[in-house]
Amino acid sequence: MMKSLLPQSQLRRAAAAGRSSGGGAASGGADGAGSDGGAGGRAPAASTFWFLLHALCCLVSLFLGFRFSRLLFFLLFSTSELYSTSSSSSAVLRATTTTTTTTTTTTTTTNTFTLSFAATSNPPPSTLANHTALDSAAAGTSGHTQSHVVVGRHGIRIRPWPHPDPVEVMRAHRIMERVQEEQRRWYGVKEPRQVLVVTPTYSRAFQALHLTGLLHSLRNVPYPLTWIVVEAGGTTNATASLLARSGLTIVHIPFPDRMPHDWADRHATENRMRLHSLRVIRERKMDGVIVFADDSNVHSMELFDEVQKVQWMGAVSVGILAHTGAADQPRLSEEDKQNMPLPVQGPACNSSGQLAGWHTFNSLPFTGKTATVVGEAAPVLPRGLEWAGFVLNSRMLWKEAEGKPDWVKDLDAVGENGEEVENPLILLNDPSSVEPLGNCGKKVLLWWLRVEARADSKFPQGWVIEPPLEVVVPAKRTPWPETTAEHSSELLNTKQDQEDRRLSRTNRSSRSRSTTKRKGGVQGQEN
Amino acid sequence: MMGSRAGWRRRAAVLLLVAVSLSAVLATPAAAASAAADSGEAGRAAEQHSERISGSAGDVLEDNPVGRLKVFIYDLPRKYNKKMVTNDPRCLNHMFAAEIFMHRFLLSSAVRTLNPKEADWFYTPVYTTCDLTPAGLPLPFKSPRVMRSAIQYISNKWPFWNRTDGADHFFVVPHDFGACFHYQEEKAIERGILPLLRRATLVQTFGQENHVCLKEGSIIIPPYAPPQKMQAHFIPPDTPRSIFVYFRGLFYDTGNDPEGGYYARGARASLWENFKNNPLFDISTDHPPTYYEDMQRAVFCLCPLGWAPWSPRLVEAVVFGCIPVIIADDIVLPFADAIPWEEIGVFVEEKDVPKLDTILTSMSIEDILRKQRLLANPSMKQAMLFPQPAQPRDTFHQILNGLARKLPHPEGVYLQPGEKHLNWTAGPVGDLKAW
Repeated sequence: MMKSLLPQSQLRRAAAAGRSSGGGAASGGADGAGSDGGAGGRAPAASTFWFLLHALCCLVSLFLGFRFSRLLFFLLFSTSELYSTSSSSSAVLRATTTTTTTTTTTTTTTNTFTLSFAATSNPPPSTLANHTALDSAAAGTSGHTQSHVVVGRHGIRIRPWPHPDPVEVMRAHRIMERVQEEQRRWYGVKEPRQVLVVTPTYSRAFQALHLTGLLHSLRNVPYPLTWIVVEAGGTTNATASLLARSGLTIVHIPFPDRMPHDWADRHATENRMRLHSLRVIRERKMDGVIVFADDSNVHSMELFDEVQKVQWMGAVSVGILAHTGAADQPRLSEEDKQNMPLPVQGPACNSSGQLAGWHTFNSLPFTGKTATVVGEAAPVLPRGLEWAGFVLNSRMLWKEAEGKPDWVKDLDAVGENGEEVENPLILLNDPSSVEPLGNCGKKVLLWWLRVEARADSKFPQGWVIEPPLEVVVPAKRTPWPETTAEHSSELLNTKQDQEDRRLSRTNRSSRSRSTTKRKGGVQGQEN
Repeated sequence: MMGSRAGWRRRAAVLLLVAVSLSAVLATPAAAASAAADSGEAGRAAEQHSERISGSAGDVLEDNPVGRLKVFIYDLPRKYNKKMVTNDPRCLNHMFAAEIFMHRFLLSSAVRTLNPKEADWFYTPVYTTCDLTPAGLPLPFKSPRVMRSAIQYISNKWPFWNRTDGADHFFVVPHDFGACFHYQEEKAIERGILPLLRRATLVQTFGQENHVCLKEGSIIIPPYAPPQKMQAHFIPPDTPRSIFVYFRGLFYDTGNDPEGGYYARGARASLWENFKNNPLFDISTDHPPTYYEDMQRAVFCLCPLGWAPWSPRLVEAVVFGCIPVIIADDIVLPFADAIPWEEIGVFVEEKDVPKLDTILTSMSIEDILRKQRLLANPSMKQAMLFPQPAQPRDTFHQILNGLARKLPHPEGVYLQPGEKHLNWTAGPVGDLKAW
């Protein structure tokens, strides 16, 4: 029987079209193995009959959807002859068993059926062989020990429930976690240093939001970490309990002054708080890499991998998210958009990878529209270079540390006279020795954001509701205003059917989906 | 030579001990403690994240064959080798190109001798896999005649073939089923190995136990995969491996086996049917441009059989550090005496494919990490590659090592007067036609 050329090598890559066109031999049609083997020995007169029968079977298969070949006739009409060892009949049996196997879930019984018949016919079996081929093959392999690997058609084994088992999936994930840990150990940072995270904070409505986000980021850092939280206005129990629940090593430092409501003053106070924490680090001789993580900023995990590379002082690129918070956006002209620089603060390098200068945030488009009071609905902008973009080696602050370079000022000399300490460059005599990190500043590793509620907004202490809130709407009715009559009647019916609050919540969500759909529809009509 | 090898072994044992103790230490969860241990012992162990490989023949992967054997290359007319390549240069890029590159390597190698009287092995540079269809697939129909013609030439022109009836000659036959010279397994079994090659040593990619087309004493080699192409796609090794099982290729060969069950003995189809819904298995018939990069991000790479049990996937998996999962019953893998494949890859029987997820997830993590360490051994990767120009410990050298291990030739090699083993008229009639 002629097959199209099919060295297994090319089959993985070549398209079916390429294969069949490439072969010199004609490829078989839909008909497969045994039928041609059977046809080989027929008389020419009968072959036309078989051809017509074959055509009929093809048409029937078209309608039926599975292969209905004349081999089926063999099976149906000559079951008693199956046990005689003629190669064609064994081929027949194998072909038909395969048909059933592929369409349904496989059965091991079918497979053993196949193999047992293979045993009765001359070994080694092969579906395509005619008699001479079998004989020569048998002669050829008579010298070898019998291999249990059989050439020919096999069933496709499908287990009854071919879906993932959740326990195994979890095991696989644990395996991958361990593999990745080993990878980090082999190829990652050789001697991971402790990370000292300095965060100034104070009690206000958004404090829990910001601190929780930062807490989760820090929990994912794969290095030993100490979180130094400086709280303006003294330490509060609410903050302390939030930090205690984090599972991280915490140093909670009180700062005597209260946080002012003015953004300019707030920046200044935060700077003083950071200096205070640096003094604490120096006193306690804490060793590690200092990262300034403001509570409302968002940090990527690569940041913590990058900061391991710092020698004395490094700078990273910070993405500035100065969101406007106002409903009306200022319309920018095209050229404004072109000239608008990237909202990134960080080091800029020359072509040889040395620090050449700094990239700062352009606040010109925002002049006159920035927020002055905390919580005002206007953009909050950074000043110059933010502390968040700098990383220090804590040994730089120590009084004596081996290898401490000369261009580092003593910490006591800084901030004494109450001058504004805008960024840590003040700690250096020579600001050009800062190391640019993150692929020379090309990678933005954290985002700077200031989002606050109005200064006078109330929030429950520690986000625990005590005393209980007064009832606004009784439980039998949903607290939303009625929309249309038909909608509300639908809802009332469904509510009367189900008293379970969970189900009413799903109603609620489906209803809100439908309301948004309607809103979209309304807008469409307006356009 | 022996003394240095013994010293090398001692050092290897020490390194193994260090590696074992390190892995014991590293198993403890405290990262800081292990980091300290790492930095402490990093100086002592050269590569602490790879392990030495030694197979059943011993620690032979890094042997240098120069000085251990001599190879004489017959000077065949151009029509047997160079002319074929000139006619179709695609032969240099397909997975059967090992025969051409082996010839080129031997021509300029230090083991080559121009004096055939002192040669241990004789090499016949005949390219039997260079007759390609327009699509690039090799046609094996003329290969027996080409080989026969080459052997007739060398036996007429030099006395060395008739001296041993070919027992100290070796041939590179990288086709699907080696010297059976057919792409279809039944036909290959029917033909058997070319009768004239009965005594010669065959260097081939096909290996399956108790199979007609695997002669005893053959050297199994990996298929040719272009090393520069693979090396151009390396990604940083600390990129975390986040794909559990990876495979790209056909599951059904609808052109040649529309019903299924024939191609790959149904194993690939079974893979698809059982695991197409499993998110741990990234398997598909896609051909993505990031194929090599994806393999470096996977923990296990499947290497199931196709129409023949071997494929370049094994080479790619080893080079990219992905543990090969070999699904091919009774397969014989390259350099099986030098490389302990059971310790490096995972062998799954075809009947166990439906349970593949259970098998892979129930492996212990120490096993998996050890396999990764073995794969990270640069000698392991080098042994699977065919770099041009040749580098130490690559496949060319491993072939020579294999030939050297077969020396000295056993007693029956040289024929007694009047003794003859080969039947020059055996085989199908079509093979006897001249080429």
